[in-house]
Amino acid sequence: MTRAAAPRRRSLHPVAWWLWAAGLAICAMRTNNPFLLALIGAVVCLVVSVRRSSAPWSRSIAFFLRLGVLVIVIRVVIEILFGERGVPGHVLFTLPRVPLPSWAVAVSIGGPVTLESMLNAFVEGLQIAVILLCFGAANSLASPYRLLRSLPAVLYETGVAVTVALAFTPELVQSIGVVHQARRQRGVPTKGLRGMRGVAVPVLESALDRSLQLATSMDARGYGRRVAVGKGSRRLAGAATVAGLLLAAVGLYGVIDSGSLFGLGLPVIAVAAILCGVGLALGGRRTARSRYRPDPWRRPEWMVVGSGLVALVAMAVAHALDVPGLTISFTPLVFPSIPLLPVLGILMAVTPAIVAPNPYRLSTASTVRDPAVRGPAANEPEVRGAAGRPASSDLSRATT
Amino acid sequence: MIRFDEVSFTYTDAPRPTLHRVALDIPEGELWVVVGETGTGKSTLLRAINGLVPHFSGGVLAGTVTVDGRTTKDNRPRDLADVVGFVGQNPLASFVTETVEDELAYTMENLGVPSDAMRRRVEDALDLLGLHDLRDRSLRALSGGQQQRVAIGAVLTASPRILVLDEPTSALDPAAAEEVLSTLARLVHDLGLTVVMAEHRLERVVPFADQIVLVPGDGAPLVEGPPEVIMRSSSVAPPLVELGRLVGWDPLPLSVRDARRQAASLRLRLASRTPPGPRTLPAASGADVEVAAASKLSVSYGPVVALDGVDLSIFRGEILVLMGRNGSGKSTLLATLAGGRRPTRGTVAVDGTDPRSFRPVELIRRVGLVPQDPGLLLYGESVRNECRTADKVSALAEGTTSATLDRILPGVPADRHPRDLSEGQRLALALAVVLAPAPTLLLLDEPTRGLDYPSKDRLIEVLRELAGDGHAIVLATHDVELAARVADRAVVLADGQIISDGPARQVVCHSPVFAPQVSKVLAPDEWLTVDEVRQALAGQVPA
Repeated sequence: MTRAAAPRRRSLHPVAWWLWAAGLAICAMRTNNPFLLALIGAVVCLVVSVRRSSAPWSRSIAFFLRLGVLVIVIRVVIEILFGERGVPGHVLFTLPRVPLPSWAVAVSIGGPVTLESMLNAFVEGLQIAVILLCFGAANSLASPYRLLRSLPAVLYETGVAVTVALAFTPELVQSIGVVHQARRQRGVPTKGLRGMRGVAVPVLESALDRSLQLATSMDARGYGRRVAVGKGSRRLAGAATVAGLLLAAVGLYGVIDSGSLFGLGLPVIAVAAILCGVGLALGGRRTARSRYRPDPWRRPEWMVVGSGLVALVAMAVAHALDVPGLTISFTPLVFPSIPLLPVLGILMAVTPAIVAPNPYRLSTASTVRDPAVRGPAANEPEVRGAAGRPASSDLSRATT
Repeated sequence: MIRFDEVSFTYTDAPRPTLHRVALDIPEGELWVVVGETGTGKSTLLRAINGLVPHFSGGVLAGTVTVDGRTTKDNRPRDLADVVGFVGQNPLASFVTETVEDELAYTMENLGVPSDAMRRRVEDALDLLGLHDLRDRSLRALSGGQQQRVAIGAVLTASPRILVLDEPTSALDPAAAEEVLSTLARLVHDLGLTVVMAEHRLERVVPFADQIVLVPGDGAPLVEGPPEVIMRSSSVAPPLVELGRLVGWDPLPLSVRDARRQAASLRLRLASRTPPGPRTLPAASGADVEVAAASKLSVSYGPVVALDGVDLSIFRGEILVLMGRNGSGKSTLLATLAGGRRPTRGTVAVDGTDPRSFRPVELIRRVGLVPQDPGLLLYGESVRNECRTADKVSALAEGTTSATLDRILPGVPADRHPRDLSEGQRLALALAVVLAPAPTLLLLDEPTRGLDYPSKDRLIEVLRELAGDGHAIVLATHDVELAARVADRAVVLADGQIISDGPARQVVCHSPVFAPQVSKVLAPDEWLTVDEVRQALAGQVPA
């Protein structure tokens, strides 16, 4: 048997995908120009369609697309029903006003609906939709399992719990189907409160059974083995983590409320990050784990993260130069200008479609058998020779 | 390698010890098979080897279990992970990761094996178990046999000296089971691993075993010995051994090859006799009445086609056995017949009507389906409660269900919770519940999983009686010996299509995979069971 006949098609480091998507999401937060937003959305969709694998989570992009459309629709409908009135503009149509009691004077229902308010609502919805789309892209491009494997050693056990939970959900759905059918087979109603109890109890029972089996298997396979570590080191790890987290809270406050702490926010956060890192590293010494084929961080990863960063920097520079067209007001109604610098930056973010490795495709076909070991004829001589005893005498039949 | 020193074990709240003063000494490089009826403590014995009993199960363990010089008293299962590899019954429930390759590496990651060594061992395991083409596959997308091989590989990579397997083939089709067992035999012979496994279907494992441990249950002392010796007197024996005992062969054959060598004279003696024809169906029952039919039936789950253009008629009073490898569409066919699946194309009819159109109460009078896990049907607090609910739901006279239960298996304790019953009792209860409203069509999905030989015998009797009463019975099973004993007609499915359909004798005898042992030994004559041979020889066999 030859090994590694074909070079393994690898998948990009999941953290790289998340950083790239985060870059684009921040871009989308910094502008309300519908053309820029649409461009970001288009770039994201293009990269996803070219570079996603066939794993189950890759389909999540469709869900996020639908969610985005829903957000836009809801935003526009709310604007039509409850939008602010009295702003002059091009009236599209007028809804009958609903009289409200005097204490609800701040809310108005109905009235004239202007083109300006509609556009504004649409763009606001679009912005949220594009941000959601960026998250959806990261979700469908990066394997959640590989992402969890990139966690520091201390958090590994939490990561496993999440992995197991991820795998559990589809099984639970399947199990509900099976029990539902069994219920029907007993002639028992499957709907209503009693029906629900009848389904829930066996589903939970089998879920419990399965988790016990899994726990047995994990324990038998060395999950949770500890290396003896001195008490001092353990205490130090705890202290560093707690101090780091406290400082991080203080630092964040400093960043958000720029008036206080005299710009100390960022340096404090940096110190906090170092302390947390020390805590994690010290804590990680307690587990003797090693990693199997950790995802490498090579040039494609740098280029993908870089392309996201370029878009972000272009957006920031445009903001600093006050380039017109980043933030648009719809009163008065004018056609928005399209700033060149952010457009170029966002277009750069399409590079992953070319530089990211083509993901290996996880097969989802249910039962494809490998021919190498399938047929008794292929297997027989090898086994008989090695085992010294006949593995099976199936062929005795075939030869007679 | 493994030493049990006066080991007794009692589960919390159990009145009697499950293991009582067990003394075993398993040397390195041997394959031991633990046999015994259900609920006698086989799993407890296996789990005591790596300390899952008592660390994981609770209960009180007296005496010491020593594994490779380490006692389970001082070492938890996770600390023994580098010495003992433990593989459970249901591989899917034991998987922690997503893909084959990651799963193979998981144990090593926990043990902190350096990454270059890990890579090497994963590649070795992929080759050793023939999983090379599947390395990137999602574990859930594998067939049962492949999953079990991955589960074995996943503990092998930690290079343990001992492999413990709890019924590794119980969910597998005959070919996949063969594949897993021959892999194990190879590991023992090539790598010198010590393997201890529990197994119900003796006919599969006896040829591989170096030593057999019989767990009689109720704390009675274990019986151990080489298979030839144990099999001579064992109450549980594969058909091959029964045939050997019947004819008086010495040494007792353990594999089909051994038996064929001695069978020449038997074949000669049987040459003048013809195997019994198909069981004559009671004329009164109307054997030509079609109970259910599928026509051009196709069912798909998303992109996966489970059934592909199946045409099948099921008649009154016949027992039809449905065979085929894991994932060939057997369960889907049963579920569709029971109205649980909507056909993608084609039609299915029970008593001339689409089963999906029945209301639940009507449905149970027409079709009864006992699922793979009979426990799914049971949700009452006690056996009595379960029977009463069944009476009420189908408006039967009170006591009908419990009377049915008594007929199938007398002596099931009425105040016991269904989950506390033995496998056989639970199946009997599920059968009773399904049968009480007297459905014309009875469907059973893998009914012998976890059943010991006596329970199987009882099941066969019951099915025969039911068929005699005019029920049509469809049985999906991997158990070829059961099929040989009970089937009138056999249907083999492959990739969702029917590839053979005919009298059971012809269908099973002409398949190397589905042929029972007796037929393999006596080929080309079409004998199926030891009973048939016994009747044919009646009066001829020397006492």
